[in-house]
Amino acid sequence: MPFETAPGLEAGVLLASILFCLGLAGLMMRRNIIFMLMCVEICTNAAALMFVVAGAHWGNADGQVMFVFVVTLAAAEVAIALALVLQFYHRKHTVDIDQLNELRG
Amino acid sequence: MQGLLAWVPLLPLIGFLLLVAIPLFYSKEPSEKFVTAIGVGSVGISALLTAIVATTVFWQNPGEVVNIALWQWMLVDNLELGFNFHVDWLTLVMLMIITGVGFLIHLYSAGYMREDPDFRRYFAYLNLFVCAMLILVMADNLVLLYLGWEGVGLCSYLLIGFWYKNPANGAAAQKAFIVTRIGDTAMAIGLFLLFFEFSTLNIPQLISAADSSGANSQIITVATLLLLGGAVGKSAQLPLQTWLPDAMAGPTPVSALIHAATMVTAGVYLIARMHPLYMLSETAMTAVAVVGALTLLLAGFSAIAQSDIKRVLAYSTISQIGYMFLALGVGAWSGAIFHLMTHAFFKALLFLSAGSVILSLHHEQNIFTMGGLYRRIPFTFICFAIGCACLAALPFTSGFYSKDQILLRAWEFHDGFNSLWLAGILGALVTGIYSFRVLFLVFAGSEGSSSSHCKDANNTVMRVPLAILATLALFGGMLAPPLQSVFGTQTWEHPAAWVEGVAIAMPLIGLVIAWGLSRQQQKTGEKRSPIMQFWFSGWGFDWLYENLLAKPFRNLARLNHKDIIDSIYKGTAAFSQQLNSLLSSSQNGQIRWYLATFAAGSILFLALLVAL
Repeated sequence: MPFETAPGLEAGVLLASILFCLGLAGLMMRRNIIFMLMCVEICTNAAALMFVVAGAHWGNADGQVMFVFVVTLAAAEVAIALALVLQFYHRKHTVDIDQLNELRG
Repeated sequence: MQGLLAWVPLLPLIGFLLLVAIPLFYSKEPSEKFVTAIGVGSVGISALLTAIVATTVFWQNPGEVVNIALWQWMLVDNLELGFNFHVDWLTLVMLMIITGVGFLIHLYSAGYMREDPDFRRYFAYLNLFVCAMLILVMADNLVLLYLGWEGVGLCSYLLIGFWYKNPANGAAAQKAFIVTRIGDTAMAIGLFLLFFEFSTLNIPQLISAADSSGANSQIITVATLLLLGGAVGKSAQLPLQTWLPDAMAGPTPVSALIHAATMVTAGVYLIARMHPLYMLSETAMTAVAVVGALTLLLAGFSAIAQSDIKRVLAYSTISQIGYMFLALGVGAWSGAIFHLMTHAFFKALLFLSAGSVILSLHHEQNIFTMGGLYRRIPFTFICFAIGCACLAALPFTSGFYSKDQILLRAWEFHDGFNSLWLAGILGALVTGIYSFRVLFLVFAGSEGSSSSHCKDANNTVMRVPLAILATLALFGGMLAPPLQSVFGTQTWEHPAAWVEGVAIAMPLIGLVIAWGLSRQQQKTGEKRSPIMQFWFSGWGFDWLYENLLAKPFRNLARLNHKDIIDSIYKGTAAFSQQLNSLLSSSQNGQIRWYLATFAAGSILFLALLVAL
């Protein structure tokens, strides 16, 4: 049963959207693979924020549970991604993502 | 004893296989003696076997019919075909001609083709040809006959184009093959029709079925006309006669074997074999007679105008087979086969002696450069003169007896004076003119440009067959085969004496005209009047077919050079390739590009969700 609308909902959704769009734009515009990773982090955190805001709005603990999951996921993702970045740098001696274009039609 | 007959077609086949297989076992080419032993020997033994069976079995009992079942060939539903032979007197006569005359021609070839680099290939083809022809005449069902029929066509293609390095010879071979194919197609359709009507293709069964039942006469008429189409193609009759004069591109003994003595008579044999069917259809009989009458005149006039010795003989062959068709058309079955036999003798003789002339003159074939050769090659002259006399049917030669029978029957068939008889009589005059014209131009008169370096090229293996054939041509008239068992007893009263007198007089008048014509032509040389030019071209049939059929077809082919139908498939392929290159250019390997399209796609998708 929903509680009455919390005053912070619109601001929260707006913030999450702006954060997500920033992350996505950065992902598309950055060529440095480390910056791209950071942009991904921004995107995931925007999503996590959205969970928290939604959970607070409906007075439901699930949103916070999901936040913990997202943080765990982000940690795992960074671990793997950094390993990949390391490998990439070893092979190409660069962190420019545009150099990774051999698989094309 | 009858079983020996199965070996008759088998031996030439074995000869062919041996000759073909030699390179598998020996790296070097076998000697000419060895090839001759196999090539000539196989046909020689076949001839011997035929003679043995003829004397021991058939001579005592003219009504004898030998059936030899070798094996079953195919069995489809109710169509049962055996590899079976059916030999009666009609077949036997053909067997004797094919193996006998064939053997003599093989023997002559061994002399004529000496020192040819393809000696082995030549005899291999020749043996295969004889085998196919023997299967054709011995077959007891029409499909086996058709096998021989096509085999003969194949061998004629191979032999006409024997000297394949000259493209003209290859073209002549293709022409022969394609033109006869038209007739063969008609014949195949005829076979289908016969099977459709009678549910059998076995010849004796077919004949008894047609005789007994009130079979559909229209189907019989159409089927016999279609068979006539096949016969017309193979026997070079109007309108498919154009291939034979060109077929002279092959070696001369080949012309003797294929285009005079045996192969072109296959059509005559086919109609004679199927004669009970033809007797049921007046239309078909008339068609046969008219085709024969027209062809014999047309080819006869063409022969008058030719300047190549072999082409004269080629046209004379067409003309003589026209006589045989005329005989078949008026129901003179045994007369047709009798003429077939005598024609085989004298035409083989003519071709072989023409071959001697050509060889003696170092491959010169133009009769206007010859002349006065009787002093230089007297033996060849005598043989050629005998051949011409028989061809023109001078009294007491073999050709006289057989042709006389045809003319009398043509007279009697329509109760007296009629156009068929008139065509035959006129043809006899024309035959006299063209045969003696070539004789006089080549052997008599003053010497021509090539006569001076004439050297007698005959050796013993060439003289012997010539001598035998000359004897046969002279006295073959007494060997009228006893064909009553096949065709029934045919009697007809002798017409008025003047009718016979005209038939005797015509060749003699022709001889006189030929003398004058050749004197005049030896003076004027090769110049031709317009009508002669027209005859020279074979009545413009080649021109007609070229413009009516070949040219439009070639134009169509040129028009369709890029293959219009194919463009549908090619278009489909090109379209999908375009699509592929379009899509594959989006796969550019740029991750950020993928990301952007992914984002754009998501936005589009979400927008759609919201909008809906």
